[in-house]
Amino acid sequence: MPNVAKGDGMRGLAVFISDIRNCKSKEAEQKRINKELANIRSKFKGDKTLDGYSKKKYVCKLLFIFLLGHDIDFGHMEAVNLLSSNKYTEKQIGYLFISVLVNTNSDLIRLIIGSIKNDLLSRNAVHICLALQCIANIGSKEMAESLAPEIPKLIVSGETIDAVKQSACLCLLRLFRTSPDTVPSGEWTQRVGHLLNDQHLGVVTAATSLIHTLAQKTPEDFKNCVSLAISRLSRIVTSSYTDLQDYTYYFVPAPWLSVKLLRLLQVYPPPEDPAARGRLNECLETILNKAQEPPKSKKVQHSNAKNAVLFEAINLIIHHDTEPTLLVRACNQLGQFLQHRETNLRYLALESMCLLASSEFSHEAVKKHMDTVITALKTERDVSVRQRAVDLLYGMCDKSNAEEIVAEMLAYLETADYSIREEMVLKVAILAEKYPVDYTWYVDTILNLIRIAGDYVSDEVWFRVIQIVINRDDVQGYAAKVVFEALQAPACHENMVKVGGYILGEFGNLIAGDQRSSPMVQFQLLHSKYHLCSAPTRGLLLSTYIKFINLFPEIKGQLQDVLRNNNNLRNADAELQQRAIEYLQLSTVASQDVLATVLEEMPPFPERESSILAKLKKKKPNVSDIEVVKEGKKSSNPPTLNNSAANTPEATPASAPVPVMAAAPAPVQSASDDLLGLSAGPAAAAPITNNFAAPASFAAPAAPAGGGGLLVDVFDTPPAQNNVSSALAPQAEENFFKFAIKNNGVLFENELLQIGVKAEYKGNLGRLGLFYGNKTSYPFQFFTPTVSCPGELASALNVQTKPLDVNTVEGGAQVQQIINVECISDFVDAPVLSIKFSYSGSMQQINLMLPVMLNKFFEPVEMDATTFFNRWKQLNSPGQEEQKIFKATFPIDSDTSRTKLLGFGFGLLDGVDPNPDNFVGAGIIKAQSSQVGCLLRLEPNMQAQMYRLTLRTSSTSVTTRLADLLLKLF
Amino acid sequence: MMKFMLLFSRQGKVRLQQWYSATQEKEKKKIMRELITIILARKPKMCSFLEWKEYKIVYKRYASLYFCCAIEKGDNELLTLEIIHRYVELLDKYFGSVCELDIIFNFEKAYFILDELMLGGEIQETSKKNCLKAIAAQDLLQEEADATRNVLEEMGLP
Repeated sequence: MPNVAKGDGMRGLAVFISDIRNCKSKEAEQKRINKELANIRSKFKGDKTLDGYSKKKYVCKLLFIFLLGHDIDFGHMEAVNLLSSNKYTEKQIGYLFISVLVNTNSDLIRLIIGSIKNDLLSRNAVHICLALQCIANIGSKEMAESLAPEIPKLIVSGETIDAVKQSACLCLLRLFRTSPDTVPSGEWTQRVGHLLNDQHLGVVTAATSLIHTLAQKTPEDFKNCVSLAISRLSRIVTSSYTDLQDYTYYFVPAPWLSVKLLRLLQVYPPPEDPAARGRLNECLETILNKAQEPPKSKKVQHSNAKNAVLFEAINLIIHHDTEPTLLVRACNQLGQFLQHRETNLRYLALESMCLLASSEFSHEAVKKHMDTVITALKTERDVSVRQRAVDLLYGMCDKSNAEEIVAEMLAYLETADYSIREEMVLKVAILAEKYPVDYTWYVDTILNLIRIAGDYVSDEVWFRVIQIVINRDDVQGYAAKVVFEALQAPACHENMVKVGGYILGEFGNLIAGDQRSSPMVQFQLLHSKYHLCSAPTRGLLLSTYIKFINLFPEIKGQLQDVLRNNNNLRNADAELQQRAIEYLQLSTVASQDVLATVLEEMPPFPERESSILAKLKKKKPNVSDIEVVKEGKKSSNPPTLNNSAANTPEATPASAPVPVMAAAPAPVQSASDDLLGLSAGPAAAAPITNNFAAPASFAAPAAPAGGGGLLVDVFDTPPAQNNVSSALAPQAEENFFKFAIKNNGVLFENELLQIGVKAEYKGNLGRLGLFYGNKTSYPFQFFTPTVSCPGELASALNVQTKPLDVNTVEGGAQVQQIINVECISDFVDAPVLSIKFSYSGSMQQINLMLPVMLNKFFEPVEMDATTFFNRWKQLNSPGQEEQKIFKATFPIDSDTSRTKLLGFGFGLLDGVDPNPDNFVGAGIIKAQSSQVGCLLRLEPNMQAQMYRLTLRTSSTSVTTRLADLLLKLF
Repeated sequence: MMKFMLLFSRQGKVRLQQWYSATQEKEKKKIMRELITIILARKPKMCSFLEWKEYKIVYKRYASLYFCCAIEKGDNELLTLEIIHRYVELLDKYFGSVCELDIIFNFEKAYFILDELMLGGEIQETSKKNCLKAIAAQDLLQEEADATRNVLEEMGLP
């Protein structure tokens, strides 16, 4: 038995532990334990009441057995009895048992709470401490309900000794975390802040933890702590290491307290008071300076503690994101750590730098370290460090370095750890899409991705490359060529076959002129993979074959042979069988013209957020933060494929009836896999019908009700009166403003004509589909709609109208027209849509406002409360704020208001305003010339039926315009 | 805040576990099993931090024992390493060059010492002197109790 220097003399326990350790086998151990359990059970059951010491000893043995991993189903009562012992050690063991085992048995919780309450009220400080420690470690909701009111007194009372205060702070913290509502607020919250000034650093440390958590919930209540925390921090960082005696840790003054204070300050925006702000910046500078001083000790504890404070200071600097010098200094400091011999420091430096990369002030400084980070990716021996390097490369990537970073990540992917491959694939795909050097590069990159890590390329990634190839006709031929080449590899991934099948089916004709990739060669190449593929891929290939029949009539026979093959025609898979039968039939009965119409090239996909980005966000919730910050802060938004694709005229959808046979990349995918924006109304039951359903883009006539997802039609749409005049049509203005919060709906209706609108906006671009419906049974002749931009609008808004193919609208027929708009700068007026036509020999003219308003180029932004307040405060110059107090036009209803604001384009920030009735939102106007961030606060007043609307943006004209638009909605 | 602290041997035997948020017994066992496997498989020069589920794991090996803490996203990794170190220092001072056996035979003491340093997942007292003073005071109370018991036993009373 080892020498138990300061054991508490429970000899029986020591003997038992020795016995267990001497057991040669698991069975022997179990036997010894069973024997002991039987012994204890009989002791507890015996008539003779056990003395406290024995009880303590047996309870302790049970505890030991439990910690060995065995179940304990008795002894709880004896442990609870120990709580009421007046001997400290017995009480202590009782509490330990409860703390370790209480989860497994809660029947006794009332008894336990009773004992704890007694001890809390005890005159003996050590008993109070035991009770507090127990609550702090295991506090539950029930405990919070009965004990929470007792604790604040202990914290703020002048009579409480320091040790009790410390425990009480952390005890209350636990209860607050477990059940925030049960912790009473009151005058103590004011006084607890002053503990930051306490003499005893242990008390200050514990109190800071408590305040930090409370302040996160209600920052307003603890605002005064900011200056207290700054002055405390300032005293610590300027003290010499001897000043704080035992609170100096390896020559670093009070590192724990410093870190806690720095974290508390991260709850708040930078202090407004210039003196406090200056003092804080001095502290931060001092911390950064100290990092450059030679170490006072060679011990790792010294450097760890010093750097712990440094990293927390950097976190605060990043959180404030207002001091360019500090940000750049922080970045340089982290740059030194990137090559430090300590793995831990390299890891943390990579991690912090990733945050710095998202600040506009330090993004450039971070980019300077690209080579080091790439080296880290290649040479670090620890996968968790390499993972950080990948994250940082992703974070620092922009247009200037995308090519190099993507190349390095692709190279690394060849040997990357399996655990991080999928995420890396997503990141490469996103970067390639976000910062394309050119589209051939983009296609090369994605195909490389499939080649290197095909297993990890999720459907989203290969769907996306197809979307982009479809929407960009300058890259289609190239894509067909490279995918054809890639398919020639002896072993190529099934995902490559899918992409190849789809792209060749659409654009195989573009390379068919070359003998080396003649129709027959293409077909044979694809078909050589057919038998190795899974059913969904085969289904896709069958669609490719029917498209080939259209593209290459000369090989129709061979293609029909494949469809006719029993393996397909009688396939056990119903989907394949149905495809083979239907395609074969189609190719037999349809004329070449019909076939050509049915199998016409796919129309462009509607622009929407990249589905891969959505996937990465889902995978790593913190990524989205970075994205949002980046989007919000970069003054020049890098052109993405989305924007530029929508920008090109060829991206407008065909106005002819949409070809139907152009199947989705994998038509057999279930509706949930439909990430391409192909959702053709309700998911069709049989996949094959899905195939024939027209893609949703602009094929369906605009339904009168706003069908655009969130954008519910909150207004009635009264039919407009018939009128013909050169002035604006009646109701035109009213209808116009309804479109402020919806994209689809009826713009105008009279007895003759109905005009529906379906619009989509992305960034500074928009596309409107106008649907002119002839309600009569006679034709409209000389039907000419024109769009004009009066006055200043012409320079602010670029409008391109596609002329109609026809100038007669038959009775009961509908024609559609596509209008592309591009927002150059902010604007007030709307384009004028004027329609002229002749009906029954008389000329009609209708003038309308095209529902394009500034907020259509609005994108929601999410941010946390601190960031919001930060920005809010920064926008305080005259003209940046617009406040309106007005009577409600519509009944005040929280849900409706929410819908309207969301429809308007704001991202709503819940929990920022302490009053839940108020709305706080943020968004960015994405004009081409500038992006204007916009913050909103809307406060309804039910009694008065009034609203107060406050808007802050960096541009006066934007503020005014948005306020005017919003005013009309509430 | 710290979510839990584990001490385990190179053979993977848990020597101490402190959970700072309510966790089901089954879940605890699962977490311990997974984490111990991951950490024991790591090489000596590797980084002391790793991301695991929603936690950051900070660990360090002292002789035959691994000390492992799970902390939250915003928490400071380096300082968590130093919490571990301070705990080791306290154990060392108390037991006089502590070894794994001390912790096995005096597990309850190891818990009591930890409670002085950490409470409810937050650091309570960072001063070594103050922690040791508190523990010494506890031992004093205990010795008084033991002394009373010994006198009674000598008198033939239970």
